[in-house]
Amino acid sequence: MLTLRYEVPGDDFTRAGEASSDVKRKLKQLGYNPEAIRKVAIAMYEGEINMVIHAGGGEAIVDIDPRQVHVVLRDHGPGIPDVEKAMQEGWSTAPDNVRNLGFGAGMGLPNIKKYTDEFRIDTAVGEGTTLTMTVFA
Amino acid sequence: MTVRDLAQRLGAEILVEGELDRPVTAGYAGDLLSWVMARLPEGAAWLTVMGNLNAVAVCSLKDGACIVLTENASLDANAQARAGLEGIPVLRVEQGSYETAVRLAALLGEQP
Ligand SMILES: Nc1ncnc2c1ncn2[C@@H]1O[C@H](COP(=O)(O)OP(=O)(O)O)[C@@H](O)[C@H]1O
Ligand SMILES: [Mg+2]
Repeated sequence: MLTLRYEVPGDDFTRAGEASSDVKRKLKQLGYNPEAIRKVAIAMYEGEINMVIHAGGGEAIVDIDPRQVHVVLRDHGPGIPDVEKAMQEGWSTAPDNVRNLGFGAGMGLPNIKKYTDEFRIDTAVGEGTTLTMTVFA
Repeated sequence: MTVRDLAQRLGAEILVEGELDRPVTAGYAGDLLSWVMARLPEGAAWLTVMGNLNAVAVCSLKDGACIVLTENASLDANAQARAGLEGIPVLRVEQGSYETAVRLAALLGEQP
């Protein structure tokens, strides 16, 4: 069992994706199943980008064992008022400068759901958001 | 067909060498990164005008074979550096993504 911890910086797009890239690298070194690695990388990257765009950064905690990868992404941003809406493909509150970078297609949360075996959102307006996801090996 | 072969066949400029000997087994065109994140096939040549750092991250995380910048789109300096570090080849062509995709499809359809 291996636990990894990352700070995800807020508003720094140049560093967004560092945590997911590092996890991907480590899983490769561990000889993890490639399909599981791909799923973890996609889901975690979307979550990381969301923390940068929507929440001013946060932290990522990743637990790896031979059976599964468990990822918790926690932020103290504005929270999500309507989770059901946020989960719909194409729904986004991303500002224009973010869209110009190629994000804000409203596909992030749906992608996370699609690529994980278990996914849960805990969020409270004014307090923050925690995504908990599991990918089986 | 390797990325090197593809560059030659397309007459593309090679902006970042990376793993030029990787085989290209598929193609994909698109500029919305979240969309690409969901759909880019492994081993694909990805046609896009997005030459930023996040595009490099997406290609790397999805195990794309290379980025092909179309319509002479520019590659940011930090993206160029990152692509070099990650071994992601970046090519550039004058034609648009549509024309390039048509040519890529023909090349992928050829017998090796
Ligand atoms: N960590 C977060 N904190 C606050 N709001 C969020 C967070 N993640 C997602 N959201 C909200 O959910 C919406 C949909 O997210 P997502 O599907 O990733 O699309 P996008 O990021 O492209 O807008 C976002 O536009 C935003 O309003
Ligand atoms: Mg998102």
